[in-house]
Amino acid sequence: MSASLAVSPYVLRIDAATETERIVAGIRNVVFRQLKRRGAVIGVSGGIDSSVVAFLCARALRKERVLALFTPETESSSDSLRLGRMVAEALGVRAAVEDITPILKAAQCYERRDEAVRKVVPEYGGGDRCKIVLPGVHDPQRYALFSVVVQAPDGQTKCVRLNAEAYLGIVAATNFKQRVRKMMEYYHADRLQYAVAGTPNRLEYDLGFFVKNGDGAADVKPIAHLYKSQVYQLAAHLGVPEEIRRRPPTTDTYPLEQSQEEFYFMLPLEKMDFCLYGKNNGIPAADLGPAVGLDTDQVQRVYDAIQAKRKAAQYLRAAPVLVGEVSEV
Amino acid sequence: MEMDNVAIAQEVRSFIAADYLLGHDGDLADSASFLEEGILDSTGVLQLIAFLERTYGIRVENEEVIPNNLDSISSVVEYVTRKLNGAATPQGCEPSAGNPGGGV
Repeated sequence: MSASLAVSPYVLRIDAATETERIVAGIRNVVFRQLKRRGAVIGVSGGIDSSVVAFLCARALRKERVLALFTPETESSSDSLRLGRMVAEALGVRAAVEDITPILKAAQCYERRDEAVRKVVPEYGGGDRCKIVLPGVHDPQRYALFSVVVQAPDGQTKCVRLNAEAYLGIVAATNFKQRVRKMMEYYHADRLQYAVAGTPNRLEYDLGFFVKNGDGAADVKPIAHLYKSQVYQLAAHLGVPEEIRRRPPTTDTYPLEQSQEEFYFMLPLEKMDFCLYGKNNGIPAADLGPAVGLDTDQVQRVYDAIQAKRKAAQYLRAAPVLVGEVSEV
Repeated sequence: MEMDNVAIAQEVRSFIAADYLLGHDGDLADSASFLEEGILDSTGVLQLIAFLERTYGIRVENEEVIPNNLDSISSVVEYVTRKLNGAATPQGCEPSAGNPGGGV
């Protein structure tokens, strides 16, 4: 295959009908036969990934055996719950709302995060909002270090480089959100003898864009092999509501709205898709650049970042490691 | 503040060895790239910065957080020496306040 063909816009095109049937058969096999569960719980955020997984599970297991769970908290976008309900109504599946704010407050999630932010922005508080961001790939620096963006109530913003203590503190505190959400999903899964369906796509699964024992935890991950653009193709095929398909991906984790590329990917997702494809298929940076509108150095920085994130994600994906043999299991 | 380069190199080596090489630094060349050798990730770079600021009483400015200054024992020694001598530092990228994608 020539380089020009290898990076054409069509390389990520899939036969959505065939892929849907393949995944549906896989979900049915895993949930009913391998795991012996009676249905599936899906944490539905109103985003494209969880919506597609909900549609796939409803098709695979029947709508009566699917529970859509919404887990808003005080900093969530109101769109998340509204669009999540839209998915449940479109499918006719049962839905439940668990406001996780009280649990997060009890764990001091917000206090701990704000305290960590104050390590680099001492005046933070009193209605200020924040998010953490990465530099874009257009920044020639090789270090992809996080900064915190703080917005005052009057709209003024400042961007401050995080130190290690603040960065780790902010991430550790906000990870409560994903872990509490997963705890609620497993509560309902236990109650109903259901499996929990995870919603990572290939970018997230491969590069570690998930919280260990948080959104990284699940019994089955039906779309973890699909590039983001392929998830959109499936969404169109499955009839996911257009408003959800048009919604820009967001982490919905910080009080200031944060795009996924700000948090993790450094690039618009469609470009990141191509870069991951290029990296996976050994396409030289110089050949991929023109297809994604980046120069060779920029593509190489993305390739290097993919390699580094993939390595770091090994820990996130690792199951607990035994130091002695238990041969019976 | 006068410090000899050998002493700085030893302190940086000890920091890297203790926190990232499980105490074994025998094979680490002064010129070895922390990134390319897989010794430091981005969090490690932040921790190296904190170590330098704490140990040498310097402030690592945003524009100084570049591999030319921080990616090997040799480059760190040169950088710290320049800072302690009050010399100008290489130019890099200034994060733009309020630009979500532009921070360091």
